Amino acid sequence: MRPLTEEETRVMFEKIAKYIGENLQLLVDRPDGTYCFRLHKDRVYYVSEKILKLAANISGDKLVSLGTCFGKFTKTHKFRLHITALDYLAPYAKYKVWIKPGAEQSFLYGNHVLKSGLGRITENTSQYQGVVVYSMADVPLSPLNLPRHIKEGEKLLLHHQEAN
Amino acid sequence: MEGQSVEELLAKAERDEAEKLQRITVQKELELEFDLGNLLASDRNPPTGLRHAGPTQEAELRALARDNTQLLINQLWQLPTERVEEALVARLPEPSTRLPREKPVPRPRPLTRWQQFARLKGIRPKKKTNLVWDEVSGQWRRRWGYQRARDDTKEWLIEVPGNADPMEDQFAKRIQAKKERVAKNELNRLRNLARAHKMQLPSAAGMHPTGHQSKEELGRAMQVAKVSTASVGRFQERLPKEKAPRGSGKKRKFQPLFGDFAAERKSQLEMLRVMNSKKPQLDITRATNKQMREEDQEEAAKRRKMSQKGKMNSGPPGLSGKRKGGQHQGGKRRK
Repeated sequence: MRPLTEEETRVMFEKIAKYIGENLQLLVDRPDGTYCFRLHKDRVYYVSEKILKLAANISGDKLVSLGTCFGKFTKTHKFRLHITALDYLAPYAKYKVWIKPGAEQSFLYGNHVLKSGLGRITENTSQYQGVVVYSMADVPLSPLNLPRHIKEGEKLLLHHQEAN
Repeated sequence: MEGQSVEELLAKAERDEAEKLQRITVQKELELEFDLGNLLASDRNPPTGLRHAGPTQEAELRALARDNTQLLINQLWQLPTERVEEALVARLPEPSTRLPREKPVPRPRPLTRWQQFARLKGIRPKKKTNLVWDEVSGQWRRRWGYQRARDDTKEWLIEVPGNADPMEDQFAKRIQAKKERVAKNELNRLRNLARAHKMQLPSAAGMHPTGHQSKEELGRAMQVAKVSTASVGRFQERLPKEKAPRGSGKKRKFQPLFGDFAAERKSQLEMLRVMNSKKPQLDITRATNKQMREEDQEEAAKRRKMSQKGKMNSGPPGLSGKRKGGQHQGGKRRK
């Protein structure tokens, strides 16, 4: 377990900033405690200082996870965001997309969402913008990237595994 | 008036004296036990004053500590003193309490090879004298070590033995033999040490060519041979298609796990600020790159058309399309 290097932090911040923009500094600098990012076996964990100190007592090969896993670094050092980061991304999301109940199940099982399945969408969402998908009951489902301009046609939202 | 003030002064002085005495003398039911060698005072009086005082007993505790320290210092003042460089020093007696071991008991070491052999054969160490009479220098010299009695490397005259090569340097031969003996001794010492700590010495066990080695063994031997140079393999040539060895650079140093959290946060916020400030600029450069690429493509297409249309025309319009320069470089995204 180790802290992230400059390069790794930059890559990770760039990825996360696609979804939450400047609100990222609220994750870094929290009023209610010191939270930090630590790397363990190529996975990035967002963990409070208290839990970090406890986790330091566990040997590396026995440690499975700590705090919240935000994502992992691939073999070629690209950062892949995981669904477990959703709890921290959703409240700070800049652009949101709501999908209708009918399309929700289909989306969760991995299918594309048509434009007709789209309930609401925040204004000024640009092309290829990173958004967080919500269900109509305001439950965050997944972060993903919009593939193309909203005005165009049919197959619109990719499902979350293809977003990264 | 003056008389009164004088009386008052005297009374005050008396009171001060009494107070001082009161401070110095402490009344205790049981006498304290002192171990002045360790500067230790043990108080066996039952702490009645502390029981009912409640959670905040600071004042009582402090008073107790003061009293006991006062008694200890009274004892120290009774020791024999001496003066050392303008400071009054008390000579402490030997400590009477036995402190427990700091470190665990050392475990028995395994016997060295010689000790095992000697035990097997029943060889006992012979008592030898420290000094030996040296005829050559005419004095008592030590048996071994610096300026020893019989040092064959220090002889000024060596007869060449009958069967030896006349061109051989006998002096160098003796010095070389000495070096080899020293190295052998060092090796054996390290081997004994490794056996005692159950470690492995790096050895050339499987490295000698036998003709029946597998590919892995040969590869390992080759690796070891490559690294066994003075520069630890940095300047060894490789075969034309051989790949560079992985992990041969300097080991990376990472920040400690609990570094300074505040500093970490500050550097991350700084990085975020820089990232956010640079964002629009990057988009522009990307856009300009794209624009230029499109323009180049258009130019190329135009040129092709013109050359196709007719070679009678003035030919391709020269190198006007190459617009590589400051703008491009400024626009390229730096890593």
